[in-house]
Amino acid sequence: MSDSPNSIAIEFRNVSYLLPNGSSLLRDLNLPIRSGETFVLLGRSGSGKTTTLKLINRLLVPSQGEVRVNGRPISEWDVIRLRRSIGYVIQEVGLFPHFDVELNISLIPRAENWPSGRIDSRVRELLQLVGLEPSVASRYPRELSGGQRQRVGVARALAADPAILLMDEPFGALDPITRAELQREFLALQQRLHKTVVFVTHDVREALLLGTRIALMESGHLVAVHTPQEFTRSNDPLVKSYYEAFHTDAEMYLERGPQ
Amino acid sequence: MNLWQFMLENRGELWELTLEHLWLVGASTALAVLIGIPLGILITRWPALNKPVLGSANVIQTIPSLALFGFLLPAPWIGARADRLAILALTLYALLPLIRNTYTGIRNVDPAITEAGRGMGLTDRQILFQVELPLSLSVIIAGVRVAVVISVGLATIAAAIGAGGLGEYIFRGLAMVNDSVIFAGAIPAAIMALLADISLGWLEKRLSPN
Repeated sequence: MSDSPNSIAIEFRNVSYLLPNGSSLLRDLNLPIRSGETFVLLGRSGSGKTTTLKLINRLLVPSQGEVRVNGRPISEWDVIRLRRSIGYVIQEVGLFPHFDVELNISLIPRAENWPSGRIDSRVRELLQLVGLEPSVASRYPRELSGGQRQRVGVARALAADPAILLMDEPFGALDPITRAELQREFLALQQRLHKTVVFVTHDVREALLLGTRIALMESGHLVAVHTPQEFTRSNDPLVKSYYEAFHTDAEMYLERGPQ
Repeated sequence: MNLWQFMLENRGELWELTLEHLWLVGASTALAVLIGIPLGILITRWPALNKPVLGSANVIQTIPSLALFGFLLPAPWIGARADRLAILALTLYALLPLIRNTYTGIRNVDPAITEAGRGMGLTDRQILFQVELPLSLSVIIAGVRVAVVISVGLATIAAAIGAGGLGEYIFRGLAMVNDSVIFAGAIPAAIMALLADISLGWLEKRLSPN
C-alpha cells in the first residue's frame, strides 16, 4: 500500500444500495477517502451512513457501482483478507462474552496463526496503547465498565495493525465524561498511528472534533463534504441546520442564564 | 413379597435391565445429538428449511410411542432386532428438543457479537465454532436434558416390543397384578431420570456464558 499523504485508500464509484423490496438506502455515492485521514460520516438515523460503512468491509454488497480499497475493487478481494486488513469497531462493541480481554484482543492474530510470543507482546502493547492496565487482560467483558469495553474494542480492531479502521458510533453509548475522554485519546492515538479512519456519528460536536473531513448524509444521499472549518462556515441550508442545532444548545443555555 | 425383597432377590436381573435401559437411552440420545445439532445449525443457515424440519420433528412427537414402535416394525434391518427399533424410535422423539434448542440457542446469540466477528474477518466456520456454538451451549444442553428425561420414561415402553430395559418389570408387574414388580422397574427408572436431570442441569448452568 502506498502511504503518500494524498493517495486514495477507499473509493466509492456510483454506489447504490437497494433493499430487496426496491427502496434505496444509498443512492449514487461517489466518494474518495484519503489515506491517513479521519473521514466522518455525519447524519441522522437512516441517512445511510452505517450502510456506507458496511459496504467498505463487504458486510453489505452494493446493488450498483463499486467500492475500491487500495485501488482494487473489493469484489476482487478475498473477503476474509479484506476484512482482516480493516479494523472494525461498533457501538455495541461486540466483544465475545466467553473470551477474556486477552483472547478478545488477540482474535485476529490467533486466526492468522501468529506465534504465541508475538501475540502476547502485541496484547500488552495494545492494552497500553488504549490506556488499560495489563491486569485487565484476564478479565471478562462483563467485568468491565462501558468505557473499558470500548477501549478493548478499539484494541481488538487494531490488533493486526490494519491500515484502515471503520468505526460505527463507537462512543455513542458512553456517558458524556467517558465519551470526551475517549475522544481525546482517539485524537492522540490517531496522531501517532495515522490510520485511514471512517467514523460514523450523528453527533456534530464529535464530527467537528475528530474529523479531518466531514461528509454530511441525508436520506441516502451525500449532501456535502467539508473540512470542519468549512463546515462551520457553510451556507448550505442543511449543513447550517446541523451546525445551528449544535450551537443552539449552548446559546439557549446562555440566554436562559444560570438558575 | 415386598418391593425390597423382590429387588434384592432379583438384583442380577435388575442390574441387567438397568444397563439395557441405559443403553437404549444413551445410544438414542447420542444419535439424536449427532443428527439434531447439525440439523439445528442447518436451519439457522437456511431459514426456508426451518418450518419443514421443525414441523416434521413436531409431528413425530405427536405419534403415540406404542404406535411408533409398531410403525417401525416392518423396516428392514431396523425391524430385525427390538433394541435397534427402540433406539430408532427414541432417537426420533429426542430430535425435537435438540433441533429446537440448537436453533433457538444460535438465534439468540447477540447479533452485534456475530457481526463484529464477521466484520473483522472470521470465517463462517470460525463464527460457528468460536462464537455461536460456545454461546448457545447451555441452551443446547438444556435440550439434551429434556430429551434424556423424556427418553428414560419412553424407554420403559420399549419392553412392549421386547427391547428389554426396566419396562420389563413394569409390564410383568401389570400382567401379574403385582405392585412390587411394577415399582421395581418404575423406581430405578425414575431415579435414572432424576439423576440425568440434576447432572445435566448442573452442566447447563456451568456452561452458561453469563
